[in-house]
Amino acid sequence: MSGYEFVALSLPPLLIGIFAAVACALPGNFLLLRRQALIGDAISHVVLPGIVLAFLVTGTISAWPMMLGAGAAALVTVVLIEVIRRLGRIEPGAAMGVVFTAMFAGGVLLLEQSDTSDVHLDVQHALYGNLESLIWLDATGWGSLLDPVALAGLPPELGRMALTLLFVALFTAVFWRPLKLTTFDEGFARTLGLPAGALGLALVIVAAIAAVAAFDAVGSIIVIAMFICPPAAARLMTNQLERQIGWSVGFAVLSAVLGYMLAGYGPLWLGFENAVSAAGMIATVSGLILGLAAVFGPCRARAGAPVAD
Amino acid sequence: MHLELASRDGHIEPAEGISQSPLAVRGLTVSYGEKPAVFSVDATFAPGAMTAIVGPNGAGKSTLLKAALGIVQPLSGRVTCWGRPLHTQRHRLAYVPQRASVDWDFPARVRDVVLMGLYRELGLLGRVRARHVETAMACLSRVGMEGFADRQIGQLSGGQQQRVFLARALAEGADLYLLDEPFAGVDVATEKAIIGVLKDLREQGRTVVAVHHDLSTVPDYFDRAFVINTRAIAEGPVAQAFVPEILQEAYGGRLAGAQIGAAG
Repeated sequence: MSGYEFVALSLPPLLIGIFAAVACALPGNFLLLRRQALIGDAISHVVLPGIVLAFLVTGTISAWPMMLGAGAAALVTVVLIEVIRRLGRIEPGAAMGVVFTAMFAGGVLLLEQSDTSDVHLDVQHALYGNLESLIWLDATGWGSLLDPVALAGLPPELGRMALTLLFVALFTAVFWRPLKLTTFDEGFARTLGLPAGALGLALVIVAAIAAVAAFDAVGSIIVIAMFICPPAAARLMTNQLERQIGWSVGFAVLSAVLGYMLAGYGPLWLGFENAVSAAGMIATVSGLILGLAAVFGPCRARAGAPVAD
Repeated sequence: MHLELASRDGHIEPAEGISQSPLAVRGLTVSYGEKPAVFSVDATFAPGAMTAIVGPNGAGKSTLLKAALGIVQPLSGRVTCWGRPLHTQRHRLAYVPQRASVDWDFPARVRDVVLMGLYRELGLLGRVRARHVETAMACLSRVGMEGFADRQIGQLSGGQQQRVFLARALAEGADLYLLDEPFAGVDVATEKAIIGVLKDLREQGRTVVAVHHDLSTVPDYFDRAFVINTRAIAEGPVAQAFVPEILQEAYGGRLAGAQIGAAG
């Protein structure tokens, strides 16, 4: 593969994949420890109709209307869950399950009915994004990375995802201690005067921002996988939260790089003609990493069987 | 309510004034659902004393503590510490939650948990320096856990976990210690270690308030008792508030004769 080919065709999607994976994995660590790991899954489902509606209203795929649409969809979800739970007198878990899938299904129907032929928004895109199509046509080789004119032609998703990652990373770094404290022992954190409720909400909002931004670039499969697989695998590698975050970032990057490369070249090596979906392969690789960590990870022993004095 | 108690029972001393009390609540009502867990409770805890909060299961002992600390929102009522609003005095309070209230599988070492007690000092982004680690280690050795600093918390026994929680509270350097069932499910060695630390705190003039389950040890461990069953029933020195008539009123038919004997 020549430098030109790599820079123009592989580098942007690879970077977008890495940024999306890490942006989801970072809050995923806390969601996992709070036993809220499926929130990432839920978010990526319920925001779909909001994103489609935002597109129908504005006619373009741009970040702000999409975020607003996603936020509105999340609000509707919360209200619907409460209404169904009260009127139907069914347990909260069932109410949530019904609403999440119904929202996603509604989004899919909306997508099918709307004319989105001239933009990258369709049912397939919603599921596994269009990572491979995020190419950099202005690139002529490695030198283009220093050429302002060529850089202006980078896919906009790259900048958006990089900004999202920066925001998520800053949030994690600045609120590291309060996040750790409220996640481990919310009652104690409150006695220190920490606003535990607001922090929990902020974490979910940050996760939602990461999910919506990643959703746009890489589809919901990666979002769901990256919220859970890298943090869960990382937990099996260490007993320290700081190191767990490090491992999860490493696993997220590894999944993105390995998944992208395997999707593009793996089938060719095996004698097949066509590449497979990069998003699907990235998610698959993250699952394999989790499987390996579950079998070989050094910290698989769990509490519940404490050592006697 | 302590005044009414004093008049009702005659022999119960009125508690210290609200302005000296490290923790006083007035008209505290907390409800999780339709039935209140704590109803219109007045309590004035005496400074420099060890007070046991006792009462039957579901009597609102832990809820009283949590509401007094602002962990749960009361429906009504007022909490003051040394006569001032709770939120201005948080730095003088340390809380030891029930051991079972957290997930011990959390990826942290013993020292990480004790360092959480220094959060006020460290703030959002302050670096953990050698003196912070020294403080944490000193607190660990006060509870006899200095050899476990690098152990993952899930690998500790229940008693050891309880001692780690106490060490974290010690790291806060507070004047008032509020403990929720510190002796629940711990081994004898831990119980001795914890009561030793609490008595040291009292020697230093600090105040200890603990939700306590084991009625037989109340007279040995504590100076005062606060008896509750959703409503406040009595508060006073153990010899006066922790007596069969009052306990009978709190526990109703649920109190075994042997326990009353131990209490009386």
